[in-house]
Amino acid sequence: MAEAGSKILITDDNKVNRLLLSRSIELLGHRVASAENGRIALQKLREEHFDLMLMDVEMPEMNGFEVLEALSQDLRLRDLPVIVTSSLEDVTSVARCIELGAEDYLHKPVNPTLLKARVRASLEKKRLRDQQKELVRRFATSEVAEDLAQSGFALGGRHVEASVMFCDIRGFTSIAESQPPDETIELLNTYYTLMFDAINGEGGVVNQIIGDGLMAIFGAPLPLVDHARCAVRAALEMVDMVEMFSVERAAADKPPIRIGVGVATGPLIAGYTGTQRRATYTCVGDTVNLAARLEAHTKKAGRGILIDANTRAVLSSDIAATSEGEVLFSGKAVAVEVFSVAR
Amino acid sequence: MADPTIDPATFDALKDMAGADFVDELVGTFLEEAPQMIADLKGAKAGGEADRFRRAAHSLKSNSMTFGALTLGGMAKGLELGGLDAASPDAFAALDAEYARVVAALEGMPRG
Repeated sequence: MAEAGSKILITDDNKVNRLLLSRSIELLGHRVASAENGRIALQKLREEHFDLMLMDVEMPEMNGFEVLEALSQDLRLRDLPVIVTSSLEDVTSVARCIELGAEDYLHKPVNPTLLKARVRASLEKKRLRDQQKELVRRFATSEVAEDLAQSGFALGGRHVEASVMFCDIRGFTSIAESQPPDETIELLNTYYTLMFDAINGEGGVVNQIIGDGLMAIFGAPLPLVDHARCAVRAALEMVDMVEMFSVERAAADKPPIRIGVGVATGPLIAGYTGTQRRATYTCVGDTVNLAARLEAHTKKAGRGILIDANTRAVLSSDIAATSEGEVLFSGKAVAVEVFSVAR
Repeated sequence: MADPTIDPATFDALKDMAGADFVDELVGTFLEEAPQMIADLKGAKAGGEADRFRRAAHSLKSNSMTFGALTLGGMAKGLELGGLDAASPDAFAALDAEYARVVAALEGMPRG
């Protein structure tokens, strides 16, 4: 049971209620701490981590409403689930608590079966939220993760103007086949660490990794000034990093690796895809297809980085772009001019 | 039939859920806390403090119900809902008498 062994805070000014609730929760296999009013509860919540709080509404010093308000304004505690315990007569208070962000409620005296069910449901919801946040955090900068958490993980889509990057390791399959599996995974981990650093350092968000390939977005979900330039700078940095990494590998008698990067800029449809349980931020549209085609074309063109005309148009003179002529990509009606970029 | 002083079904369910030893301790806590709640009720009535009165009645009701002290809980609920106006000398006398019965009944409960 994933939610067993959680840490739960019991907040109630009545000692009998506090002891009994604590006992009931301990019997469910959780660890318990207790507080006798809202002020002490907040203090404890700020000192140590809790997965859930069961809280009375009427308390001296700081009541349940005040605690819920304080929690909603605290970035770290905003997501703490709170189950309000109240008497049957307190329907209005319960309604107000729910409006203030309480997750659920229980009537006192607390029925053990209902307690178990509510605690389990709240912990499960918390676990899913934590998982979702962790997922976003791994694939995005902390600023983006925070923005996504605030927007409530809405799965809706919108039109954005952004730059998309695709990148993969050239000849990765033959590298993988020529070395032990643990070395391949280690190689991928180092590679991704370097790529994430370069992309996040320029404000991009890696939203997908598949095998040795990755997709990153610059300019969404958060707007980014000069997103095309940031994407190209990140691409140059990535190529540099991989070159340095290859020098290290050569010293250990390992073959060098090379990457191909494609960047395209233009309108996109951006949003979350997936389900409430597992969602990822992504972009779709012609711009995304073009970036993927450019990346694939790096091999044929013998270039590390290829960009489209929109990206080229906003580059300043400090980054030299060379026309590689027009290419008719499969599935496209017209040929597009592509440019290579290098230090 | 009037509610019993301690409803055996409620009390047994409490023991089954929390364990007999624990309920012994919990009864001890209640017997320590309840006199203060009753004193609070009387003090609040004397001082005309409606909020304090309602809170004390609420706590007494909630704890009484936990142990199956349904009559005492019902009286406390009456005071909680009725407010200061419900706190007649007769009501307090009845509450004191019922509380004494609850103490005797809880102390006479089989241990362990």
